Amino acid sequence: MKPIYTTQDLAVGYRNGKKEVTLLSGLNLSLESGKLVALLGRNGAGKSTLLRALTCDERPLSGSILTNGKNLLEMSQKERSRLIGLVSTERIQAGALTVTELVGLGRQPHTGFLGRLDDEDREIVRQAMIDAGISDKAGDYVASLSDGERQKAMIARALAQQTPIIILDEPTAFLDVASRIETMRLLQTLAHDRGKAVLLSSHDISQSLLLADELWLITTDRQVLTGSTQELVNQGAMNYLFTNRDIHFNPQILDYSFL
Amino acid sequence: MSYRRYVVTLIVLTLTLVLLALACLVFGSVEIPVRNIADIVMGKGGGNKAWEIIILQSRIPMIVTAALAGAALSVSGLMLQTTFNNPLAGPSILGVSSGAGLGVAIVILAMGGSLGGLLGEGVGSYIAILVGALMGAGVVLVVLIAFSAIVRSNTMLLIIGILVSYLTSSVVQLLNSVATEEGVHNYVAWGFGNFSGVSAAQMPVYAGIIILALMASMMMVKPLNALLLGARYARNLGINVPMTRNILLLITGVLTAVVTAFCGPIGFIGLVVPHIARMSLGTSNHSRLVPATILAGADIALLCSLASVSNPHGIIPINAITPIIGVPIILYIIINRRRIQYFN
Repeated sequence: MKPIYTTQDLAVGYRNGKKEVTLLSGLNLSLESGKLVALLGRNGAGKSTLLRALTCDERPLSGSILTNGKNLLEMSQKERSRLIGLVSTERIQAGALTVTELVGLGRQPHTGFLGRLDDEDREIVRQAMIDAGISDKAGDYVASLSDGERQKAMIARALAQQTPIIILDEPTAFLDVASRIETMRLLQTLAHDRGKAVLLSSHDISQSLLLADELWLITTDRQVLTGSTQELVNQGAMNYLFTNRDIHFNPQILDYSFL
Repeated sequence: MSYRRYVVTLIVLTLTLVLLALACLVFGSVEIPVRNIADIVMGKGGGNKAWEIIILQSRIPMIVTAALAGAALSVSGLMLQTTFNNPLAGPSILGVSSGAGLGVAIVILAMGGSLGGLLGEGVGSYIAILVGALMGAGVVLVVLIAFSAIVRSNTMLLIIGILVSYLTSSVVQLLNSVATEEGVHNYVAWGFGNFSGVSAAQMPVYAGIIILALMASMMMVKPLNALLLGARYARNLGINVPMTRNILLLITGVLTAVVTAFCGPIGFIGLVVPHIARMSLGTSNHSRLVPATILAGADIALLCSLASVSNPHGIIPINAITPIIGVPIILYIIINRRRIQYFN
């Protein structure tokens, strides 16, 4: 299948005054519709920095990002908002909105100057809440939701945005085990059944290995290894994620253990 | 939030506005029979020249001035709270009002060597004062933007706003020390806050600018709602965040500067009214919050105005009244933080 999102020789990092600090470079990554990709790496490896560059929240140090042959970096904010939906870990101030109102904000790239929703928008919002499994809370305040429900509402908001690509920064970070599994399952369904290209970063390695179609692994020597989950596990690539020699990846349990 | 609650709230706020306006027309330091007031307002003449002057040139302009000032400050507060993602932001606490005040003081000093005749009748002079207020408010807003990029903490930004207020008031005092005694007296009187400083001749400028800026604020509901989710989500929703923030702060600056130039630096209204609006509507959705904030702001300002003329021995300064209304509400909000949806 043809990728809908590719990076060419991308370098990401941060600028400290005039000094550029490169975290990852020479990245040629791609996302395909219908696939769930998990970005894994230890803390500080550059997962968030990479995602911020991929969503154009931060300009990459060099390289380009192409979607449908167009350079994402040269698009307007408005054009990008119709291509990539984002779910991040930022605290939001929207406790006094209902779930429906929150998900309705996802229609903003498609609505007019005052952001009014028409019947079609409202139907899309309703469907997004059903798809994300949050429709039973449609009239509730966001403030009254549990962390897991809140994450579902934010995913529904991204769905209402109707973008072919959805990027999620640590979507399971604050969730309990049950909500974590539920959220990952939901994202897998969105990729497989709705044809979305879904990219998420995660600390939850075993869940990612179980459900992701592809992995992007940031190794300790700042390489990004990509490939199908099966391939990478078989190649032993999982052992490049951490430096500690005493901790090894055990393919039987899909998790790390101490030797 | 139900649509019915929204409609009912708007109706209640509008009725309150009408009642308070009528009360402001009837009550004042001079007692005028209601029937005569009605005649004067209808244009039939009240049989008493002095009464006519009081109603037409004092009470009615004061009602319009107060209502618009309240609406302007409250919408400013709302936009500042959303822009800085800070429920305790407001034009006076962030130092925007005192910046405008400093601008006023500098212009007066440059123009006439004294702070006297703050709102002199000459058209040129009050336009210059307005410009001074706008520049002062603008400088403070630029300082706030700069600091908000450096200090990420909400509390720190509030403290910087308070520091800015101290700094401007010390500059004003230094200016006062070289000003005439009359100038100082006028400046102090202006600092008390009052809604009777807009003459009939100045009214079109005052009302025109405020109404235009209020309309502009109603056009900003879409980006304001996006900003509830923070800058990153707003960007993802297609909002040009720096440009939106600059427009919001420009509208805020204009509203605060105009009110401050004509009515003095009025505290608490801008901070408190957005909370009253949120709590009575039960929503942070700006498409409903902005109209309710405008009405509630006008209501509160008229209430303050009414209280200020309730003393038979003279007028009570507006700034002596606003904290009495504002402080209990802020304390209530702080204490009940965890139970109020929009904090969570």
